[in-house]
Amino acid sequence: MSLRVELVIPEGELWAGPAEMVIAKTLDGDIGVLTGHAPVIGILAEGSLVRIRPDSGGDEVVAAVSGGFFSVADDRVSVLARQAELGSNVDTSWAQTALDAAVESAEPGGEEPSDVRYYRALLRAAGDRD
Amino acid sequence: MGAQLRAVRRRIRSVQSTAKITRAQELIASSRIIKAQQRVHAAAPYARELSRAVEAVVNRSGQIDHPLTRPAERRTRAAVLILTSDRGFCGGYNANVLREAQSLGATLADGGMQVVPYVSGRKGIVWHRFRDRAMAGEWSGFSDTPVHANATEITRELLEAFDRPAEEGGVDEIHLVSTEFVSMLSQRPVVRRLLPLEVVQVDGPPPGPIAIYEFEPSPEDVLNALLPWYVESRVFHALLDSAAAEIAARRRAMKSATDNANELIEQLTREANKARQAEITQEISEIVGGANALAEAISGSK
Repeated sequence: MSLRVELVIPEGELWAGPAEMVIAKTLDGDIGVLTGHAPVIGILAEGSLVRIRPDSGGDEVVAAVSGGFFSVADDRVSVLARQAELGSNVDTSWAQTALDAAVESAEPGGEEPSDVRYYRALLRAAGDRD
Repeated sequence: MGAQLRAVRRRIRSVQSTAKITRAQELIASSRIIKAQQRVHAAAPYARELSRAVEAVVNRSGQIDHPLTRPAERRTRAAVLILTSDRGFCGGYNANVLREAQSLGATLADGGMQVVPYVSGRKGIVWHRFRDRAMAGEWSGFSDTPVHANATEITRELLEAFDRPAEEGGVDEIHLVSTEFVSMLSQRPVVRRLLPLEVVQVDGPPPGPIAIYEFEPSPEDVLNALLPWYVESRVFHALLDSAAAEIAARRRAMKSATDNANELIEQLTREANKARQAEITQEISEIVGGANALAEAISGSK
């Protein structure tokens, strides 16, 4: 038995397939999901990474998510993100420019806006692939 | 060539070029409609999972009491989000939506509410400006290919207005007027209430047992996060569906325009032929008449 995982954004499905393990970051901290996990719905931390270890033993799939939630039930894991990108698809130079622009326009001293966190997550996801 | 014949031929040429344009528009719409429908289908999993999650929270707590589901005690101001198209050439698409919005506005006004329009799409904006009706929000430039960021922006503004008390320019409820894509040939304007959310129990047994979920961090926090996304996802779905409907309406309008043009060309061609034949007949009878007269004149002089 393995997990059936889908990573969904509003525009469609980003990744789907069988996986051994999913690691996501909730507001309370990291959570790892293996088969037989109790049903849970959790809110993803803004600008965090979701790691999916595919069943086939291939490379880990890393995705940056801007915010969203995941639900686990009957070995089905759905990760819903309002905005997400697979690390392998991130255009790093674009993300860097976007991050710089977002940091520039952010209010100094205030809390980091969610777009800044998302762009940072994109760069982290991209850096992870090497 | 006679003057009448020339005029008819000129009209044929002009109708022919119109037909070429409408035919091209029809073909463009035909190729886009498939993409628009694919976008609607692609968006389905997200909306489905989101609904399931909201359902799971509701099942767990039985009753939900949340600002977004609570009806206002005094309903004084209602926002109406109207989705129209940016471009014309799509038959009655915009007229239908705007008519529906007006009748909704009249119903709300009868109930003693002040109507606050939020308009997406250039055609709807122009319609409101022309009538000097103030809009609380306007968006344009994406009616045929909306992306999720558009829905995010619209929803953010609507939720802000919903959050504010009515005395400070906020609204007590939000309605949505959009167009539903029924089929290639039929699109229907629909009115839905967006907020406060109605929690409806779907009839019939649920598809499989609903698991007893745990919530991270807590059911309330999960609900607080989910409900705005749920509203956003409904707005996004309405945008996508309306986009598909718009393109389908355009395709149909352009097809009937092309058909009409072709019919007109046929009719005009007949007219032109008739005029040409009449001209020839006249010329022949003139020649024959002339020859006869000449022949008579010659035989008379002998």
